[in-house]
Amino acid sequence: MSLRVEGLTLSFDGVPVLDGIDLELAAGEVVVLLGPSGCGKSTLLRAIAGLERPSEGQVWWGDEDLTVVATHQRGIGLMFQDHALFPHRDVAGNVEFGLRVAGMPADQRTHRVRQTLDLVGLPGFGDRRVDTLSGGEAQRVALARSLATGPRLLMLDEPLGSLDRALRERLTAELGELLRRLGQAVVHVTHDHDEAFALADRIAVMGGGRLVRVGTPAELWADPRSVHAARCLGHENLVDLDGDGGCPLGRLGDGPGTVLIRGDRLIVRPEPPAGGLVGEVRRTSIRGGRTLLDLDVAGVAIRAWWDGTATIGDRVELVLADGAIVPLAG
Amino acid sequence: MGTARWVARVLCVVVPAAFLGVFFLYPVGTILVRGLGADGLDRLLGLPGRASFRGVVWFTVWQATVSTLLTVVVALPGAHLLARRRFRGRALFRAATTVPFVLPTVVVGGAFLALFDRFDLVDGPLRATRTVWAILAAHVFFNVAVVLRTVGSFWEGLDHRPEEQARVLGATPWQAFRWVTLPRLWPSIAAASSIVFLFCFTSFGVILILGGPTRATLETEVWRHAVFRGDLASATALAVVQFVAVLAMVVVVNRLQRRRAVGQRPVRRKVPRAGARLLVGNLGLLGAVLGLPVAVLVERSLAADGGWSLRNYAALADRINLLPVSAVGALRNSLLFAIVATGLAVVVGGLASLVVVHGRQAASRAFDLGMMLPLGASAVTLGFGMLIALDEPPLDLRSSRWLVPVAHALVGVPFVMRTVVPTLRSIDRRLREAAATLGASPARVRREVDLPIAARALAVGAGFSFAVSLGEFGATSFLPRNPDRLTAPLALFRLLGTPGETLRGQAMALAVVLMVLTAASVLAIEGWGRRGSVRGDL
Repeated sequence: MSLRVEGLTLSFDGVPVLDGIDLELAAGEVVVLLGPSGCGKSTLLRAIAGLERPSEGQVWWGDEDLTVVATHQRGIGLMFQDHALFPHRDVAGNVEFGLRVAGMPADQRTHRVRQTLDLVGLPGFGDRRVDTLSGGEAQRVALARSLATGPRLLMLDEPLGSLDRALRERLTAELGELLRRLGQAVVHVTHDHDEAFALADRIAVMGGGRLVRVGTPAELWADPRSVHAARCLGHENLVDLDGDGGCPLGRLGDGPGTVLIRGDRLIVRPEPPAGGLVGEVRRTSIRGGRTLLDLDVAGVAIRAWWDGTATIGDRVELVLADGAIVPLAG
Repeated sequence: MGTARWVARVLCVVVPAAFLGVFFLYPVGTILVRGLGADGLDRLLGLPGRASFRGVVWFTVWQATVSTLLTVVVALPGAHLLARRRFRGRALFRAATTVPFVLPTVVVGGAFLALFDRFDLVDGPLRATRTVWAILAAHVFFNVAVVLRTVGSFWEGLDHRPEEQARVLGATPWQAFRWVTLPRLWPSIAAASSIVFLFCFTSFGVILILGGPTRATLETEVWRHAVFRGDLASATALAVVQFVAVLAMVVVVNRLQRRRAVGQRPVRRKVPRAGARLLVGNLGLLGAVLGLPVAVLVERSLAADGGWSLRNYAALADRINLLPVSAVGALRNSLLFAIVATGLAVVVGGLASLVVVHGRQAASRAFDLGMMLPLGASAVTLGFGMLIALDEPPLDLRSSRWLVPVAHALVGVPFVMRTVVPTLRSIDRRLREAAATLGASPARVRREVDLPIAARALAVGAGFSFAVSLGEFGATSFLPRNPDRLTAPLALFRLLGTPGETLRGQAMALAVVLMVLTAASVLAIEGWGRRGSVRGDL
């Protein structure tokens, strides 16, 4: 039994924010909603939690219609972007809040709070005031608070958004490991494709209040289908074709449109032979030991990885491996 | 919606609305109906033709104007010191300069009388008693805190870089202030001045005690006609004029307040130390204006039989012919009234705050403005309205022991709301949402999130309304009284008005006790509240 969203539609002051969202989760599945800011991701979470009232559509849990159930009776956890910790309670007071509201006896609460704080890696933090916590610690406390009640579904609204990059990457890994260990059903919202790929069983790409593409990370990476999804997923080489499917790189399609050239299927070779596809290096940067090349290929900007070094002005050969070209819809 | 929730909602609206309606709007309405009715209107229209009326209006306006100007001049250097410099004892300076604002008017009147006694300014060429100078000085004493806090906190948030830019371009400190700082301070100075003007315009106790019979304002004239002469018709006509003037001023004050609220973002930087000259100058000026009257009051209360003793304090327990109860008895009455009034103010103000923060927009606006009215309206409007409206069945409350606490609570409610509403508003919406997703019902959210956060604010508001009730003089002096329930400020007023060395000594002792009680109730609880997350500045 799990979450099912059917035709969820919602508008603010006549402006549609969610437009017929359909989404179904399997038990214990982690689904990441990926999209640019303002695409309606957070609103979708809030509607599922019951904090926004949809104008159409339903939220189901199995055959239970949650649409008419008040937020506090849904049993769905939501972790906010800036954590929203209660300033008037210490760490333990925050974590035990849901348990207390549910009427759990004090001794069991204490035990559960300790257990949950251990789980998120904050043993002994119970007595700390929340305004003395670092960003990463506050994030863990908020996570512990959401997990303590054992919600049937946990929703995370850009939980790592306010942290710096290094911490974000570390916590992403920890979070993914923890969620999998707990077998917790999760809807996670982010605009960061790296985070999405790291956490998701399935990714749902959002744009303009709709789910434009839903699938496993591998499926989506190989075939994003739309320009919007391709960009959200972190693809960089999108090339416009003319009426005959041609472009400066050659004939890449059958007609007008846009194609994606997958960076991971682009092979870069030094010393271009005559007749091959030649790119001139415009900019280089080293990331994680590999070199990212910004190339100018007959007037088209292309990004490609390679393992050697290069200087600006170098000329290299580009080879398109199998499946490098993916046609996209508008 | 559950029935219980529905009932709770209705109570939130009905209780404060009924309280305000019965004890404020109905009395004010009565003043207006009688004052503008056929008979009253003739009298009202006849007022401008009378030289005595024109004189009273003229004096009311000009003393308020001059008081305001003097207050701003005295307070601006202090505002600069608080906003732009750091020094040892800054918190103490802030607290000490705030105290005069919460002191009862009768105590301030007594302090200035003590000052004049001490320095032989009662008679002769340098006579200060019963002059306009005494009134002006007392008004400055009262209102310095308003300007210090309003302008000071605005100034603190003002970007300091334009001044530095001006200095780099060759401006002297004075020029930089005159041409760069002052123009940007205007909104806050205007807001502060408008409030001070309103306070001085409706000043009652100070004028009555220090001005003497020849220095009458609209406010004291209403009292003289109503209480002294029993001429309710004339009093009503004057009260209408006063009410309309005050209403107009409240509208202006509100406008100016909102302009001040334009968002600003303080720039973080290291605040320079205060120079010796600035510090000494300010301490000297404010020490003379604020400290001296208080110090002399304390000294006079201890002076007896040509030496020092606590005899004046001991005498507070004695019965004297002048008063129906002893001074201690009057203090006991006042404390009792203050406790009841504070309880009422907390309940009514707390419920009204909930409506302002969580209610529909129309209700929210109406409550926000409506519950503030008794604070803006003068003591005359409040007390006189109750006097003439609540005297016949079913609302014959003349002999009710509740009348005085209710009047005090009306003035206390705005203080409660001024601390509770901003604190409730500052609660992040997502805290409530987080609580809801963790399983808390709406009622539980109020109890677990809103209440604990607002509790400190509620306590601070309660402290203020307690102090206000302890010192309330204007409205109380109108209310029909049972002699046994004389309040301490009224007792003090009678003692001050009666000549004689012994009685004067007792008056000083009573004034000191009242001063300590009010100052302590505000300072203790405010200091505690500031350490929490209480927002809002009175």
